[in-house]
Amino acid sequence: MTAVGERDAAPAAGPPGEEAKPAAVRAAMRWHQSSRSDRAWRRLLVGFGLTIPVLLVGIAALLAHGAWPALKKFGGGFLTGSQWDPVSDAFGGWPFVFGTLASSLIAVLIAVPLSIGLALFLTELAPRWLAAPIGFATELLAAIPSVVYGLWGIFVLVPFLRDWVETPLSDRLGGHLGIFEGPAYGPGLLSGGVILAIMIVPFVSAVSREVISAVPRAQREAALALGATRWETTWQIVLPFARAGLIGAVMLGLGRAIGETMAVTMVIGNTPQVPHSLFGPAYTMASVLANEFAEASGDVHRSALMLVALLLLGITLVINACARALVWHVNRGPGGSR
Amino acid sequence: MDAQPLQRPRTPIPTAAPVPPAQQPGPAALPTAIEARDFSFWYGANQALNGISLVIPDRRVTAFIGPSGCGKSTFLRSINRMNELIPGTRHQGDVTLRGESVYRGEVDVVGLRRRIGMVFQKSNPFPKSIYDNVAYGPRVNGLARKRADLDELVETSLRSAALWDEVSDRLHTSALGLSGGQQQRLCIARALAAQPDVLLMDEPASALDPIATQKIEELIYGLKQQYTIVIVTHNMQQAARVSDFTAFFYMGSLVEMGRTDLLFTTPKEDRTEAYITGRFG
Repeated sequence: MTAVGERDAAPAAGPPGEEAKPAAVRAAMRWHQSSRSDRAWRRLLVGFGLTIPVLLVGIAALLAHGAWPALKKFGGGFLTGSQWDPVSDAFGGWPFVFGTLASSLIAVLIAVPLSIGLALFLTELAPRWLAAPIGFATELLAAIPSVVYGLWGIFVLVPFLRDWVETPLSDRLGGHLGIFEGPAYGPGLLSGGVILAIMIVPFVSAVSREVISAVPRAQREAALALGATRWETTWQIVLPFARAGLIGAVMLGLGRAIGETMAVTMVIGNTPQVPHSLFGPAYTMASVLANEFAEASGDVHRSALMLVALLLLGITLVINACARALVWHVNRGPGGSR
Repeated sequence: MDAQPLQRPRTPIPTAAPVPPAQQPGPAALPTAIEARDFSFWYGANQALNGISLVIPDRRVTAFIGPSGCGKSTFLRSINRMNELIPGTRHQGDVTLRGESVYRGEVDVVGLRRRIGMVFQKSNPFPKSIYDNVAYGPRVNGLARKRADLDELVETSLRSAALWDEVSDRLHTSALGLSGGQQQRLCIARALAAQPDVLLMDEPASALDPIATQKIEELIYGLKQQYTIVIVTHNMQQAARVSDFTAFFYMGSLVEMGRTDLLFTTPKEDRTEAYITGRFG
């Protein structure tokens, strides 16, 4: 794209006698005769454009190289194996994959309704004097460092969840529903999911707010003029119109939740096992990398961690690809050939 | 869709019927659909309407003309209270629809808007199928309980909007695939399907080409048998062609309202004459 734009913008002045040549030849000559600074500029831009793909491929290659010994040793069993024992060099990554996906899923389940509700309140309902400070405060949440969330999680959120959510749920429903079973430790899958939820709310709600306020006023007016209530307008017109962008917002949140490291490490319990309930301690891929990489004892251990990192990268890429596909599909769906 | 009608036979000015002009009724002599009494409106500190009082007769086409920013659209949007969606607006005075106040405290705005259809300047179909667009009003208003009734209502509305023949074989495809003129007629069909009493049109043809404009004008002419139509237009020829009565707005005030044929031939006010002869605006 850049190159084409550059070509069009190239100076029109050429050597005398140029008029005699056909237009296509003249254009080609202009392309070759473009000034030196133009060419340098073009190369610079191409360089910028290539930075990110090159970086991505480089990271993937490095990880693949580092992970190769572990991949050779454990093969596909690494993904399903549940044992993580550096002492006997037995490594299976499933607890981490599970922990990452489960905590992120909990985060999304909590954060998405909250964020979209917040975005709807700010765009559709709240008077301006209220919407501005609330929106600002929400965005401030994004500026809090991850480790501060982690500390707050340890001292406030975890005890609160343990005493007011996990213990009652375990006492009342534990016997009937497996996911609420077992002792409420505090640090565990639920705590990790909740802290992630709080951390992704600013992102999901900011994007949702943008997307919802981008729905044309004419769409809302059309529905209201037909005698739809505000509720009907929001649910039947505004949200469907915004759905592709909202999916994007959710996927952005999911991506952040999957990659988040510090805060979740501080509250999830860091136990390499698949917990039998929501309250059990767990581990995520990002957390195990942060905790163990510096002290990885042997080559196999190090390589296994590389493989975890490669898996993490793969999962984020797959989720992003799914998001793209979903947005594309929704835009092409029956109602909306936008 | 023949392409001949660029020089269509000019629609005779509607009220120029056999009755001699002097004996024809003015707006006040006909049954009243909408009446404004000393209605003023503000956007924040800016006064957009300045004590408008007028009577819009039943089952006639009334056109609002005037230069940009004269308040004609604001007044139109005051009739179904669309303006109050904009924060910081306020009004004074009242508008009545068939004798009932539109603004008094206990009025149910949703119910009011169900009785008043509206067509906007830029066509705004929902990103849904053609069928679902037209069916939207009946669905939210609970007008058709059975699928067959709804099908029939959709067909009638599309026929009234002169769109049925063009879309009957693709009712379930996206409305966004239609041309601009078709989209605007779809919006008219969508407004009609809600079975309103009054149809408000805010420069419905200003974004359309001459042929599509002509179709809309013909449509308006046909619809006035059943509906009270109020149309805002920038185009004085259009006002002359489609309307029975014309109101000239200038700087937030109503300068003059009367029968279209008289207003365009013998305006009472100098400002009206200046505007319609093209001396300003």
